Amino acid sequence: MQMIRKAEDKKSAHLKFAHLRIFLFPLQGVRGQTNSLSVGYVNIMAKKPLLEFTDRGIYCARGKFYIDPWKPVTDAVITHAHADHAYPGHRHYLAHHLSKEVLLYRLGEIQLQTVEYGETVLKNGVSISLYPAGHVIGSAQVRVEYQGEVWVVSGDYKVEDDGISTPFEPVRCHHFISECTFGMPVYTWKPQMQIFDDINNWWRDNLHNNRATVLVGYSLGKAQRILQNLDLFNGKVYTHGVIENTNEALRRNGVLLNPTERITPDSVKEDVRKGIILAPPSSVGTPWMRRFQPYSFGYCSGWMAIRGAKRRRAADRGFVLSDHADWNGLISAIDATGCESVYLTHGYTATFARYLNEIGFDAHEVHTLYGVDEEEASPQPSPGEGEQENTGNGNDKNESKVLSSDSYRNGEDPMAIGLDEAGGSVS
Amino acid sequence: MKAFAQLFLSLDETNKTNEKVRILKDYFNAVPDTDKMNMLALFTGRKPKRQINSTLVRTWAIEASNIPAWLFEESYHVVGDLAETMALLMPETANSSNKTLTEWIAEINALADKTEAEKKLWLMESWAMLDSQERFVFNKLLTGSFRVGVSQNLVIKALADVTGLEATVLTHRVMGSWMPETYTYSQLVEEQDADLNISRPYPFFLAYPIQETSEKQKAPAEVGAALGAAADWQAEWKWDGIRAQLIKRGGEIFIWSRGEDLATEKFPELHPFLNALPDGAVIDGEILSFQNGQPMPFNVLQTRIGRKNLSKKILEESPVAVIAYDCLEYKGEDIRYKTQTERRVILEQLQAATPYSEVFRISALIKFDNWDELGSIREQSRAMIAEGIMLKRKSAAYQVGRRRGDWWKWKIDPLSVDAVMIYAQKGHGRRADLYTDYTFAVWDGDKLVPFAKAYSGLTDAEINKVDYFIKRNTIEKFGPVRTVKPELVFEIGFEGINKSSRHKSGIALRFPRILRWRHDKPKEEADTLESLKALLGE
Repeated sequence: MQMIRKAEDKKSAHLKFAHLRIFLFPLQGVRGQTNSLSVGYVNIMAKKPLLEFTDRGIYCARGKFYIDPWKPVTDAVITHAHADHAYPGHRHYLAHHLSKEVLLYRLGEIQLQTVEYGETVLKNGVSISLYPAGHVIGSAQVRVEYQGEVWVVSGDYKVEDDGISTPFEPVRCHHFISECTFGMPVYTWKPQMQIFDDINNWWRDNLHNNRATVLVGYSLGKAQRILQNLDLFNGKVYTHGVIENTNEALRRNGVLLNPTERITPDSVKEDVRKGIILAPPSSVGTPWMRRFQPYSFGYCSGWMAIRGAKRRRAADRGFVLSDHADWNGLISAIDATGCESVYLTHGYTATFARYLNEIGFDAHEVHTLYGVDEEEASPQPSPGEGEQENTGNGNDKNESKVLSSDSYRNGEDPMAIGLDEAGGSVS
Repeated sequence: MKAFAQLFLSLDETNKTNEKVRILKDYFNAVPDTDKMNMLALFTGRKPKRQINSTLVRTWAIEASNIPAWLFEESYHVVGDLAETMALLMPETANSSNKTLTEWIAEINALADKTEAEKKLWLMESWAMLDSQERFVFNKLLTGSFRVGVSQNLVIKALADVTGLEATVLTHRVMGSWMPETYTYSQLVEEQDADLNISRPYPFFLAYPIQETSEKQKAPAEVGAALGAAADWQAEWKWDGIRAQLIKRGGEIFIWSRGEDLATEKFPELHPFLNALPDGAVIDGEILSFQNGQPMPFNVLQTRIGRKNLSKKILEESPVAVIAYDCLEYKGEDIRYKTQTERRVILEQLQAATPYSEVFRISALIKFDNWDELGSIREQSRAMIAEGIMLKRKSAAYQVGRRRGDWWKWKIDPLSVDAVMIYAQKGHGRRADLYTDYTFAVWDGDKLVPFAKAYSGLTDAEINKVDYFIKRNTIEKFGPVRTVKPELVFEIGFEGINKSSRHKSGIALRFPRILRWRHDKPKEEADTLESLKALLGE
C-alpha cells in the first residue's frame, strides 16, 4: 500500500491540469488495489480480457464487435468520422448522432445506427455506451461493460472545451485505451482564445497589407472550430470544397455553423482575397491555392509547436491549435479514469508508456493503425495523400491512400499488432 | 533582446525575399548601433565564444524543466534542436527583461572568468526572465549554435538600402576578422573606407553549376549553345582542395579559407612564398596536398584540417601547395575590375618571379578549339584528380558571390552504386522527428557491410514514405539509431572513393548522397564491396 500511495502522490504532483470535471459514473474500488491485473479480479483473469487487440482492430469477443476496425468486419463501433478510425466496408456501424451525416458523406451508403451520449446499447450481453471525447463534433469515447468489468476506448480526444464539440468527460474504468498523439512534454497548448486572437490579428494585418489570408486545417473538426472563432467583422469566410462538403453534412445534422461561401470557378478572386480562405492540408502549394496570390498562408496544427515541423510545411504562420490532448491533458485524462491499466494506441507510445510507468501507472504500448492517415497524426501529409476536391459520391477515398499503398505490404506484415510491455518493443 | 527575438521570429514567418529584406531594414532602423553590429556579427557567422559547455547547459536545463533526464533526451530527438528543446520544456515565466542584445552578448562573454556556481546562478536567473521565444534565441547564442535562414546577401541588401552604400562595398567591409566590440557601425558605413584592416580579404567570386543538379548532365552542344563562342572562354581544371585567398600586405601574410576562417598557421609550407611576394598582393587559389608534383585526393588533405598541432609526420605525409587561379590585388591596387585575361597576365608574372614554384603553382589553362573537344577533355577529370572543368569568360571582372553569367563549373558525372539501407536516425531542423539520416550497406559475401551515410537527395514525399517504412520495420533501437530491416535499395552517388583504415568497409566516399530510390531492385541485387573497391583504381 505504501508504494501505491507514493506513486499516486507522484502523479498528482505532475498534474498541471487543475480543473477536471466530476466523474460521471464513479465506480467503487476501481483504483487498483495493486498495479497489476491480479487481486480482486481473479475470476476475470481466468478468462480472455473483454477487449483485445487484433489485426483488424480492437475486438470484443464476448460482444462480437470491433471498435474502429481497419479491415472489414460485421459489427463496428466508430469513435469518430476521421478516416483512420472510420474505414469503409463494415456491414454494420454504430456511432454518435452527430457523426451521422459526415459518415454517410464520407462512406456512402452504410448501415448505420446512431445513439446519444450515455445511451446504452446491448450486444450479446455486453453493454456499450458513448461519452464525449471533445475531439471533433460527434466524437465519442466508447465505454464497454460486462459483468462489472469496464473498458473505455478513447478514440482521439482533447480536454479543452473548444466551444463546438461536446466537451470531454472522464469516464471511470478498469482499462483505458488511450491515444497519445502528442505524448511528449514539449507539446503544451495555450488556451485557444490566445491562438484565435493571433489568427484574427494576422487576418487583419493581411487585409491591411493587401494580402489574401489562407488558413489550413483538417476539414472535419479543425475547420469548424476555426470558423466559429473567426472575427467576422474582418470579412467573409470562404471555403475549399472538401471543407464546405463537411460543413454541409454537419448542417444537415442540425449543427449551427457560421455562414461560409464555397469557392467555385465562378468565385470573384478579389472578393475572396478580402475574406479568409479555409483550406485542407492537401491544397497547400496547389494551383487552387496559388491563384489567390499574394497571400499569407497559416497552418493550424499541434505540430506547429516545433519549429522544424513548421519549416517543413513552409507555412508563413504556424498556429499551435490541436484537437488532441497535450502532454498535461493526456496525463490528467488518464488519471481521471481511475484506471488500473492504460493501453496506448498511437502517438509517442513508447516514451509516454515509460513515463506513465515511472509515475505509477500500469501502461502498455499497443500497435494499431490509428493516426496513420489523419492530418494531426502525421508530421506531413504528402500531396495527393490527404484530402482532395470531392468527386461527388461522398467518398473521400483518397484519404486512405497511405494505407492502401502496396509499398509496405511486402515482407513483414505491418498490420501485425501485439500487446507489448511498455518500452520493451519497437513502435 | 526582445527586438532580436522578434526579428528571428519574423524572419522565420516568411519565405518571401522582399519581406525578409523589409524585416531586416525595420530592425536596423529600430535598434541602437551597437545592437546593429552585434546582429551583423551573428548573421555573418561571428558567434560569441561558448562559455558554458553544453553538458552543463543540458544538466541545468533538465533541472529547470523538472523532468527525468531520459525524457529530456527523448524530447530532444523529437524537436531536433537543443536550444528549442530547452526553451519548450521550461515552465512559462511571468518576468521579463529589457536588456539589449549587446548587453546579453557582453554578459555571455563575461562568463569566461566566472566559477561554475556563478555561471549556474546567472543562467538560471537569465532563463527565468525570458519568454519562450527569447529563451530559444538566447539558448542558441549561449550554446554557440546560432544560425539563421537568411543569406548574408539579404542582410547586405537591407544594410545597403538603409545606408545608401553599394552592396559590393558592404560585402567587402564585413569580410575578415572583426568583432562587434571593436568595429563600430560608423566605421562600417563611412563614405570612404579607412581600410585600417590589412588582413581583410575580398569576397570570393563563385562559379555557378552548368547542370541544375549533378544528376542532369549537359552535352557539350548544350553548353556551347548557352555560352557562345569557345574562343571567349578560358578553361581550367576544377581542383578539389580548399579554396583560399592569400594576402601579403604591410609585410604581413594572411591565408583565408572560403568559410572566412583565418588559416595562416595551418599552412606553414606556404609562408616562404607569400613572404617573398611583393607587398600589396592578393592571390585566389586552391590549397591541395601534393606528392612528387602530383595533387593528391582530398582525403589526404583532410587528415591535417582541424588538427591543432601539425606534427612533423603530417607535414611530411601531406605537404601542401597552392594552385593559383587569380590575382585580386597587385601593388596595393584592387584589380578585380580588370578582365580575366588582364588579371591572368599579372598572375603569370607574379608566379614566374617566385623562387618557390613547387609551392606557388598556377592553374594551367586547358587549350580547346570547340566545345566537343572540351567535352572529351572533361572525361579525363578523374584521372587528373580534378572535379571537372571551370569556365571563365575572358572579358569578365572578378565579381562578388555566386552568380550566373561569367564563371561556370562543369563537373563530372558522379560515381554511383546501389546500396541497401540498414540504419536510420532522426534528422534535425526541418527534418526533426523524421527518419532522414541513413546508413547504407553493400554485400560482402552474404553480409551487408555499411560503407556510407547520406542525408540528402530524396523529396519530402519520399522521405515520408521511407520514414513510414522505418517506423514499421525496425529490428533494434540503439539510442537514437534504429536498425532497419534490410529491404530498401537506393542509388548512392559520390564524387570520389578512397581507402580508409577508419571504416569497417575499408573505404571512404567523398560527398555521398542519394541519387534515387530503386523501387525496382530487390536487396539481393544491390552492389558488392568488391565492385566498390574496383573503383579505387589501384
